Parts: sequence; C-alpha cells; structure tokens
Amino acid sequence: MNAKGPVFKYGNNIDTDVIIPARYLNTQSAAELASHCMEDIDKTFVTRVKAGDIMVGGENFGCGSSREHAPLAIKAAGISCVIAKSFARIFYRNSINIGLPILECPAASEAISEGDVVSIDFDTGVITDETTGQTFQAAPFPPFIQNIIAKGGLMNSLK
Amino acid sequence: MGMTMTQKILAAHCGESTVKAGQLINAKLDIVLGNDITTPVAINEFEKAGFDSVFDKTRVNIVLDHFVPNKDIKSATQSKQCREFANKYDILNFYDVGQMGIEHALLPEKGIVTAGDCIIGADSHTCTYGAVGAFSTGVGSTDMAAGMAKGVAWFKVPAAIRVVLTGSLHRPVTGKDVILHLIGENGVSGALYKSLEFTGEGVKSLTMEDRLCICNMAIEAGAKNGIFPVDEICEAYLKGRSQRPWVKYEADPDAEYERTVTIDLDALEPTVSYPHLPENTHLAKEGKDIKIDQIVIGSCTNGRIEDMQAAYEILKGKHIAKGVRGIIIPATMAVYKECILRGYTEAFIDAGCIVSTPTCGPCLGGYMGILAAGERCVSTTNRNFVGRMGHVDSEVYLASPATAAASALTGYITDPREV
Repeated sequence: MNAKGPVFKYGNNIDTDVIIPARYLNTQSAAELASHCMEDIDKTFVTRVKAGDIMVGGENFGCGSSREHAPLAIKAAGISCVIAKSFARIFYRNSINIGLPILECPAASEAISEGDVVSIDFDTGVITDETTGQTFQAAPFPPFIQNIIAKGGLMNSLK
Repeated sequence: MGMTMTQKILAAHCGESTVKAGQLINAKLDIVLGNDITTPVAINEFEKAGFDSVFDKTRVNIVLDHFVPNKDIKSATQSKQCREFANKYDILNFYDVGQMGIEHALLPEKGIVTAGDCIIGADSHTCTYGAVGAFSTGVGSTDMAAGMAKGVAWFKVPAAIRVVLTGSLHRPVTGKDVILHLIGENGVSGALYKSLEFTGEGVKSLTMEDRLCICNMAIEAGAKNGIFPVDEICEAYLKGRSQRPWVKYEADPDAEYERTVTIDLDALEPTVSYPHLPENTHLAKEGKDIKIDQIVIGSCTNGRIEDMQAAYEILKGKHIAKGVRGIIIPATMAVYKECILRGYTEAFIDAGCIVSTPTCGPCLGGYMGILAAGERCVSTTNRNFVGRMGHVDSEVYLASPATAAASALTGYITDPREV
C-alpha cells in the first residue's frame, strides 16, 4: 500500500479541539465532521484538501480529548496519512482502530515543508519528499499492532 | 527488577506474575465507561461488528453529561441512542438527567470505581480514577465498543515518572495548583505514553478531591495514567462507598522509574495556565492586569463539594465585579443538593452568579457559557486550547476554584490570598 500527495503542515501540540471543535460533536456523520476539520486553525483546509493528501505535524499530534471524531474527520477529509514527531496516545490508538494510517518520524516531520509532494511506502515505512528528494525511515508498527491493521481494525480483529 | 504500582495492576489483570515497560498485553477490564458524545460512536461499532451482548451489564457505565439536559436536536438524538442501547442491554449503571453527574465526579462518588481496578473510558479524563488507586485511562469509542463486547483491552505497559511530593499543601493552594505547576514544569507532552506515580510525605496533606483533580489532568501532561498510593485517607474514602472489595497495590521498592520529579508543596502558590496550552503557567498574583469577562467553576476537574466550598468561602457575603459573568456548575446531583443544604447556592446567587445542574457544558465549548471573540474566562476546567470555550479569539485561563472566585470579585486575575 502506498500514498502520495501534497502536504498540509502544522506545528506542535495540534489538539483535538482544533482538529474537530466540540461544537460539532453532536453528529457522528464522518462527512459532516470532515467539513469542519481544522477550521479553527486553518479555515481554508477543507476547501483545499483533496483525496490522498498528506498531513504533517510536530510533537504530541492529536493531544487532548479522546474523541474518535478527530481521526474520523481527518480520514473523511481525504487525508491518506498523518506523519508526526510524536502522537498523543489516545489519538494513536484511535487512528489504528479506525484505519487512519499514521507514521511517527521526527526527521520527516522536521524536514518536510508545506506543499511538498510526499510519497509513502507503508510496507517499508519509507517516506520520500519528492520535492526535495530526501528520504526518511519511519518507525515500524510492532507485530501486535500490525495484526490489528491487517485484520482491518480492532473490531474485526476481535471476531 | 521490581514493578511500579501501575505495572502491578496491569500484571494482575493479564494473568502474568510480572510485566515490564513496553510489553504489549491484553488486560481484563473491571469497568468500561462512555458518555453521550463517545458512546453513540461505540454503539455503531458494536452493532456493525454484530455483537449482541455486553461482557457484563454491571461493569458497563454510560453517563450522559456533555450536552445534557440536551442543548439541541442532534445532541438529544445522541442521548436517545444511548438510552435505547442501555435499555436493550439492561446496563445497570446508566445515568440520565436527574441521576447523572459529570462522569469522573460521579463514578468515584458512587463507589463504582475502586482501588486495584483496571478501567477504560471513552473520555480522556478517565485517568481521574488513579486517585483511588486504580489503573485507569482514556481511550476512543472503538476501544469502548471492544471493551463492552469482550471485557478486555490491549495496552502497552507504560514506563513511569515518579512525582515525589514533599512538605504539605497550604490552603487556598489546592490540588489544581499542584497539577498546573507540574504541567508547567514538564510540558504538555512531558509524560507522553507514561504513568505519573505520585508518592512522598506530601501525599498525606492532599484530600481525595485534591488527588482526583491531580489525576484528572494527568492527560494534560500527556500521561497514560496518574496514580496515588492507597493510604488511610483513600481507604477512609472507599469505606462504605466502594461497591466492590478493593485491592491495594504498592510499587516495589526497586521499581524502575524513567525519572523523578520533586514538587515542594510548601513552596507552591496559586497558579494559572494562560492561553492556549495548559503548560503556559504563571502565578495568579502576576495576573492583576488581565481583565476578565467570565468565570466558570465546575467540571470533572473541579466540580466536587470541596471545590464548591472553596468558592463559597471567597464569595459569601460579597458580589462579583460588574461586567463579570459567574457560572457555577456542581458536578453531580449529590454535590448540587449539598450546595443547597449548606447554603452555598443562595450565597452564589446573592454574589451574582448562576448555578446550573451538572453538565460538562462550557468546558468544551458545548453550551452554558460560550465566549465571544476577545472575551476572557478564568475557568476551573482542564483545557485552554484555541476555541475550547467558544470563539477562536477568546481566551481561557485555567485555575483553582479559589482563584476563579477571587478573580470574579475583582474582575481581574487575582490570587485568592489577596481578597
């Protein structure tokens, strides 16, 4: 599995309140959640994002609330992968559980710029910044988590 | 190598004699929790996967607290979905309007969570229950769905940071000032993926309300859980309250900690987190020039009776400053009733405040106190992110109930020792 697309770049401590503000948590509709994704820090994100695009954050991405609506909104907005220096732990679990690909890679998070075209090989964890030619190696998932992903998420893995 | 308190609880719940940091385990759950925002998503996952029973109807808890009494048609629909699910599966601990409270105030108050438990909740502040000596952590809705179905969850055994509390706490300094100070010193990702294990002679100067407040905001340091030893104060709280026998775990003397942080309680002063991160801490006495429009006293962090008492002691017989809106929200129906019985409610109203029935409401910008652009609020809640309580250009200053009440009187951020 691979992903390739232009990058939306954000900073450290991107919290779940800016990913999807709580005023929209009265719905479970992924499409409706996606239509408000990131609006409190980037009003034009939803008008610019296209299916397959990539999001890059800094440290502690997804901190704050346990709302699964946050990775759901990012996924439904069309983002194919989130790369960050580190993820807040509940966001990390939620992303795996709902099937939003995420990669922890401090070097890539540091080097990649807004608008760069980035390609990702999920099998090897290699991230390539096509704009600059740099490549980065993301940390692989432990086999335990790979098994959940391979089975199509947590609920399927329980059956 | 010995184990931390958290590791011992996790070992006991996965059938191993020892576990170590980084190990992936499947642990048996004592309590699974969700609220009116996270449970509907969990129900959808539960039903989509084809489950037709919960693992134990006495161990699944659903508390309607975020948007109730419901603020609009969509939130009413979500509550209705929770209600129907609770009826269908005969969920014993389903708390609706009239019996509900903010989940993390309600479950300890009712003795549903107890020492030695392994708990997940689809709410990030589920880490609160470390105060009663439980391993307890926040998860998402899909984890809640799996937990309801099977009574198990996977965890990576966390490494730990030891927080040694020295000296003793001096009122009006409270547990809120302890945790804000800790986050200020260590940052919002300072304890990422780790346990915060509190210990030291200073623990005995902390009330259960202090400990519940401190563990509540462990997540704001990035932590997986916060946990306190089960001492005499904790056992006195659990006695006659805990619905099940409790198990007391202690960290081994040779437990491994990644690092040790020491907090001198004698030296702590009323502390405020400025926008837009909980780590942005300042002393309350330095906020004299910051004019405010609103205060909120309540939430899963600071809506307990001792919090109400702290506010009462400052507000009684006085009136809040012109132009300040005072919003006080007792966290459970029991706290709400106690405020009436003790005369706090009357004093709050006479001081110019409003007193609401329990709800998370303004904490997450839901309703009951939303801020307009440019407005500032001193709040006893737990997060001050951009747009957390309303407009993206509004500001939330996190503080203790005493500091919020003192600030309401002057209209500026105020050290409660100065009113």
